[in-house]
Amino acid sequence: MSDSTPSDSVVLSARGLTKSYHKDRIAVPVLRGVDLDVEQGLVTALVGRSGSGKSTLMHLLATLDRPDEGEVWFRGSRVDNASRSKRDHFRNHDIGVIFQFYHLLPELSALENVLAPAMIGQSFFRYLKNRSENRKRAEAMLDRVGLLHRASHRPSEMSGGEMQRVAIARALMTDPKMLLADEPTGNLDTETGHEILTLLDELNRTDGMTILMITHDDEIAAGADVCWRMKDGLIEDNRIQQSVAA
Amino acid sequence: MYRWLLCFRYLKTRYIALASIISVTLGVATLIVVNAVMSGFSVEMHERLHGLASDIMIECHATGGMPDPEGHLREIERICGPAIVGSSVSVSVPAMLGIDFRGQQIGRHVNLIGLDPETYNRVSDFGKYLLHPENKTSASFDLRDSGYAPDREGLEKAGWEHRRERVEQDRQIEAMLAEERRMMEELKRQKMTPEEIAAEQAASSAAAAGPSFGPSLAIPGMPQTSEESLVASIDPMKEQFDGIILGISTCSVRTRDAEGEVFDHYYAQPGDDVRMIFPSASEDTKVLNQKFTVVDLYESGMSEYDSTFAFVRLDRLQDLRGMINPESGVRSVTTIQLKVAEGVDLNLVRDALRRRFPAEVYPYNIQTWRDLQGPLLSAVRLETTILNILLFLIIAVAGFGILATFFMIVVEKTRDIGTLKALGASGHGVSSIFLSYGLLLGFVGSGAGLVGGLLFVDNINGIAGIVERITGQEVFDPTVYYFSEIPTIIEPLTLVWVMIGAMTIAVLASVLPAIRAARMHPVRALRFE
Repeated sequence: MSDSTPSDSVVLSARGLTKSYHKDRIAVPVLRGVDLDVEQGLVTALVGRSGSGKSTLMHLLATLDRPDEGEVWFRGSRVDNASRSKRDHFRNHDIGVIFQFYHLLPELSALENVLAPAMIGQSFFRYLKNRSENRKRAEAMLDRVGLLHRASHRPSEMSGGEMQRVAIARALMTDPKMLLADEPTGNLDTETGHEILTLLDELNRTDGMTILMITHDDEIAAGADVCWRMKDGLIEDNRIQQSVAA
Repeated sequence: MYRWLLCFRYLKTRYIALASIISVTLGVATLIVVNAVMSGFSVEMHERLHGLASDIMIECHATGGMPDPEGHLREIERICGPAIVGSSVSVSVPAMLGIDFRGQQIGRHVNLIGLDPETYNRVSDFGKYLLHPENKTSASFDLRDSGYAPDREGLEKAGWEHRRERVEQDRQIEAMLAEERRMMEELKRQKMTPEEIAAEQAASSAAAAGPSFGPSLAIPGMPQTSEESLVASIDPMKEQFDGIILGISTCSVRTRDAEGEVFDHYYAQPGDDVRMIFPSASEDTKVLNQKFTVVDLYESGMSEYDSTFAFVRLDRLQDLRGMINPESGVRSVTTIQLKVAEGVDLNLVRDALRRRFPAEVYPYNIQTWRDLQGPLLSAVRLETTILNILLFLIIAVAGFGILATFFMIVVEKTRDIGTLKALGASGHGVSSIFLSYGLLLGFVGSGAGLVGGLLFVDNINGIAGIVERITGQEVFDPTVYYFSEIPTIIEPLTLVWVMIGAMTIAVLASVLPAIRAARMHPVRALRFE
């Protein structure tokens, strides 16, 4: 599979990604030739222990960083070597990213945080023109994650689970083709984490949202449709889970 | 959009940044106040200096002055044509002013100017600085009845009223003294031998030959010199000598009483007689000693002028100094004043005149009023420039404060910057958050400074009063400045420049932090703890 060109059902794929960090002139390899495919409409889990390079991989996939070698393809076009503005647009418009530490802007209310991608992606005047539509969409997204009643609250007034819901609403704001979630439950207690996972699962089932989820937790990975396992900068194996195979 | 939302939010939540722009506020406010006061001062000064001096002045150094002023004026008209819209001739001569005050002589060095009030008023403000309201419109060298300055302490009765009172008083004193003297002589004569009496009489007539001041000179029975017998022919109750207008500081002192109130004390006032001692224009210069009656006081507010000028009629001064050619009857003058049409470059006119009357041939000094007051005007200009530079340095220092604060904010916001980049914000967009923030801070800071500065300028005299009350120190001493209030002029262009300057500094100070924010690596920024 590693040599084949990505099929039409693949949304995002990585080919031969390598990345090393330099520490005192000594190159520390983090990724050593990773191939990965994320298929349309599935929940894909990427499991690995800390230090296995899964977060680095995610950063490369989200074009937050550039690989030393290898390629990242999104729906048939290469994104890793695209121009700066194309990558900005890709992050803003084509994917939604969810972080372990939520990364909400503390100065903005929940609704404004959800609106942020629209503000970033649209010019000043276009945003003003579409203001009411944007607002409606943001409210709908907040409603989708069950937090419309908290729209005017600041992140500091919310619990971790609520913040992660707002972050999911924000990731959905620009109607992306897929979500990239980096340890979305890593900072939450089991119960709240479960709620977040249920929400993501729901998004997948009802809206057919493609999700790539990075986790260190095998139990969480077990709930995904496809599971890729990483170790020492390499994909160890990938396995189609029971639910899909069935 | 997000950049404005964010920088407004930062403005509302980061008070430390507001603290850093207080110095911008203060700098802007100070700049506005200083510029308003300085331009108020210099405009007031220009107005006065220009008002007193005509546009162009041709001074002749020769004691005899320049003969045939009419011919000179014709020549000047030929050279300059329509640029000259008015002219006046005058005689200026150094003189000593003698005031008799309570039996004591007060001597002052003055510049005695013979002028024709009508033409003189055309080239400069002369009448407007006189005390009497009628003299302001048409100056006259005749003493007026009263109404010089009824509201000024010490000058309520100035005019004929004062003159009559004073003469009456002097006569009484003189009569008393004469009576006393007569009695003393009577007493002596009873004791003295005839030889001693003869010696005494000789001595007393010699003593009286010297200058003896005092309005009441016609005392019957007293020995008289020839001049005094001449002046004795007028009745001081009804008549006056030639009129003279004195600069107010030549005959008064301005001091403070025990309560610190400023008041003027007048040694001479309209109605009094004073003596002028000045050189004649003849080749073997003689000293002339002439009595004049003060007919008005001249108060321009420029202490240099008020303390040195005395004005008399041009024709009388020419007569007295012998500045009339006995053959042709043409009179000489020492100074020609010219008024130049509005908008004409004074220096060009001056240079044209200098070419026609070169210094090698004519003992003339041709100057514009700016040349005359050059050092003063350039000193004020220099002061304004230096103050502006210094105050802009204060704002520049504030700029470094903003720079430091912004670096801290950028570090503090590292994760948010990472987030914004992860959401697709460009480096340009992120840096523009901080540039807009700097602009906004500069705008708020300089706007507050603008409002504060304008309020300060508007109430500057009230504020000076409060400071005086608190510190007990006089901020604006009217005995020094001759303005009763601090003059201020707000120039809109200056305000615009100050605002632009302050905002530019604030934006420049935010450039480096903004670049840093733009270059931040998103992954490292996201991982920043």
